[in-house]
Amino acid sequence: MRQDSLRQREQRTGWWLVAPALLFLILIYAYPIARSIGLSLFSQNLGTELQPVFTGLSNYSRMAVDGRFWQSLGNTTLFTVLSVLLELLLGLGIALVLNRSFRGRGVVRTIALLPWALPTALIATTWTWIFNDQFGVWNDLLLRLGLIQTGVNWLGDPNWALWTVIAADVWKTTPFIAILLLAGLQSIPADLYEAHAIDGATAWQSFWQITLPLLLPQILIASLFRFAQAFGIFDLIQVMTGGGPGGATETVSIYIYATIMRYLDFGYGAALVVVTFVILSLAVALAAWGLTRLRAAHNLGDSR
Amino acid sequence: MTQLSPRQSSRSPSSRSNRRAQVVWMQRLGFGLAIGAIVGFSLAPILWQVLTSVKTTADIAAIPNVYLPRQFTAEHYLEIFRRQPFFNYMLNSFLVASLSTLLCLAIGTPAAYALARLRLPGESALLAGVLIVTLFPYILLFLGLLELVRMFGLANHYLALIVPYTAINLPLTILVMRSFFQQLPRDLEDSAKVDGYNTLQMLWQILLPLTLPALVTTGILAFIAAWNEFIFALTFITRESMKTIPVAVAQLSGTAVFEIPYGALAAATVVGTLPLVVLVLLFQRRIVQGLTAGAVKG
Amino acid sequence: MAKLSLRNLNKTFAPQVVPLKDLSLEVEDGEFLTLLGPSGCGKSTTLRLIAGLEQPTQGEIWIGDRDVTQQPPGDRNIAMVFQSYALYPHMSVYDNMASGLRLKRMPATEIHHRIDEVSQFLGLDGLMQRKPGQLSGGQRQRVALARALVRRPDVFLLDEPLSNLDALLREQVRAELKQIFADQPTPIVYVTHDQTEAMTLSTRVAVLNEGLLQQLDSPKRIYTRPANRFVASFIGSPQMNLLSLPCQGEYALLGRYKVPLPQPIRLPEVVLGIRPEHLRLARPGETLALALQGQVMLVENLGMSDLLSIQIENTPYWLRALLSPDQSWADRQISLMLPSESLHWFDPQTGDRLF
Repeated sequence: MRQDSLRQREQRTGWWLVAPALLFLILIYAYPIARSIGLSLFSQNLGTELQPVFTGLSNYSRMAVDGRFWQSLGNTTLFTVLSVLLELLLGLGIALVLNRSFRGRGVVRTIALLPWALPTALIATTWTWIFNDQFGVWNDLLLRLGLIQTGVNWLGDPNWALWTVIAADVWKTTPFIAILLLAGLQSIPADLYEAHAIDGATAWQSFWQITLPLLLPQILIASLFRFAQAFGIFDLIQVMTGGGPGGATETVSIYIYATIMRYLDFGYGAALVVVTFVILSLAVALAAWGLTRLRAAHNLGDSR
Repeated sequence: MTQLSPRQSSRSPSSRSNRRAQVVWMQRLGFGLAIGAIVGFSLAPILWQVLTSVKTTADIAAIPNVYLPRQFTAEHYLEIFRRQPFFNYMLNSFLVASLSTLLCLAIGTPAAYALARLRLPGESALLAGVLIVTLFPYILLFLGLLELVRMFGLANHYLALIVPYTAINLPLTILVMRSFFQQLPRDLEDSAKVDGYNTLQMLWQILLPLTLPALVTTGILAFIAAWNEFIFALTFITRESMKTIPVAVAQLSGTAVFEIPYGALAAATVVGTLPLVVLVLLFQRRIVQGLTAGAVKG
Repeated sequence: MAKLSLRNLNKTFAPQVVPLKDLSLEVEDGEFLTLLGPSGCGKSTTLRLIAGLEQPTQGEIWIGDRDVTQQPPGDRNIAMVFQSYALYPHMSVYDNMASGLRLKRMPATEIHHRIDEVSQFLGLDGLMQRKPGQLSGGQRQRVALARALVRRPDVFLLDEPLSNLDALLREQVRAELKQIFADQPTPIVYVTHDQTEAMTLSTRVAVLNEGLLQQLDSPKRIYTRPANRFVASFIGSPQMNLLSLPCQGEYALLGRYKVPLPQPIRLPEVVLGIRPEHLRLARPGETLALALQGQVMLVENLGMSDLLSIQIENTPYWLRALLSPDQSWADRQISLMLPSESLHWFDPQTGDRLF
């Protein structure tokens, strides 16, 4: 077979077009991860006068017995699972409402999109203010409704702080899920519902037998995105509680940031980065695998 | 029902239609309530912050809460510009966000085209990489980037933000632009080739004008992400005059532990979010389009 | 100007490309060659290979004395009209026509002169400042043609240029195309799946199937002497009747009828082809030896004639015949003549024409 030089020329141009982007991605994504893996085998902290000293896997064995790490991992998991679940439920509801046509839908859609676009750090201050123990409007509303007798210190009480942070996160990111699910809903052909209705199905049955199964890929994609983001949540918690009270809201990223920027323990911080990266990768790989299986099943169903 | 007398048959449809009208009315009410709930849920916190920002300090600290301000004041807005280099923060955010957005489009668009059309070997691996990378939280990157920033002496330099922001927006840019390129009719490119355009000329003179809407869409998403970024801005920029809005406002709340300036904070939040609110109001449709193109294609 | 020759072109399978097997043909100056075949036959692949939009796996493409096989499309001095017209939507009609010339650094006055000439010829004068989006389908098609004509290329390539027009316009433009390209002193290669276009426009037709050249001949010969069973069934509407008949030396047996073969052959079976329009009623007094008795099972009114489906008596064979609609044919018993000069004979194994 002859080599075709025209194709080669085209491909060479292609690589030149891709190269700058590739360079940026390697520099900003691949290098830091690789660097953290390397650094995690060293101790570099105030004890070593910030000089790297090779200590093998000792950072990892230290992590195994680091209660604060395990607590932060637990917090992160709880935060991630709860916020993504709540966002899915709320997002699906909003998407279903916005999928109906009504006057002013464009305006409502714009309003529903708004929280997603606003800077998380600023929104965090807004929610801190709303949940303020003395002057917060949330306490005031609950008091007026008679649901509580005295003001609750939402962000200062270890029993409430994580829930409060989750509430803020749900508000901020539900629109993202709603938009993705709305796009999914709009791609379901209307004649499916019509055929189903002619078969005598109620709206409720249609929802379970058509909407949900056909929406499943979008639901999984949205959850995957949100899972990764929530697992690495930083700005919201850093601004609202800084991880407190007493570590009640400290997630892995807050712990990593403190380890590196406050305790200047770079080696251990790097090891924390690596472990978080591995956990996240495993979870994402699992989800992606599920998604491909689901898509394959869908395609089979179509061709039959 | 055994037998229908003429009278019954004439009456029952009307009573049935009455009941149906009732059901329809109930459904309408429920639907209206749902819309109201969505609007309230989305707007209430923002509205509260706006109200706080125009209340007098006395009203803000009143117990029980004062909902509607008894007296409007611009005091907090004046304060943030007087006591803080707030104008600088805005300028910094605007500078960093717009430059990184432009850079990202300039780099990402050609790459997206190559991945859409030029059948590069290893293309699918590259795409998978781009997709996976969108799932990395920034906390995993900041340690390595911190070292890079120190190595190149970029601390307190705009480049320390512009370069990472360009990179974090690249995956979305590549995915969205690639899907737009794939939707363009292939004949157009073939025609350009027969006319004698080379790949770069074709990209610049034929395809770019056609992808302008897509570029705007992607650019808005990139701008929003860059404007909102927190952890890099917090870590790489320590000089007060170079801080971006999110960091500056977040640190405003931390300045005085016992007497947090809620009014000023609210005013700062309103000012800092205003550009984004305007963007959303103007480009709602495009943002939705871009978000779904970026995520669903993946 | 320059002759176009394709030498042993091969294209093995690639994504989104129909393969092509060992295609060789030459197109002379002023010749209008049509590549005809069903979808997926490789006709578009051939055109894209000539244009340089695809690369052949093997073989060469020559324009005049230039081997252009390795040249990019822009250097081949060809012009192509696309099915979708592929007009640049953001450029005016004038700029669409000028873009290729500007890339060749042609002086603006020369560009202007050429565009003037062609646009007058095609009646596009008033539209030069419009964008393609503001034109009708027919106008767009003309602009696409004009863009090709101003190039004064060595070869014209046209990829189903009529298929996006509605039926009425298509016939009108087809006639215009014939006029326009009659004067072009270059090879013209035209791709279509529509046999009417192929028959009316071309000087020669290349019928392709599954990447293989089936027949390369004048439109008339393609119709009157199809080279094989595929061409016989693809060309002509309604389709040619093709019957597999047992063979006995000098005869093929159609039930109790003996259809004489032009020459004796030693095959157990043979395929007999006869076009519906060539079957006619037996006239009274004609020798009834070759007149087939049959029962009319179905009548389809085509307007200018009736298409009858006839079962030959005492056989499982059906024939379709085009007969004048001035009689009522339904359920009638008729006798049909097979004119020996209109019979086609094919080898049932290879499909090739025997006589």
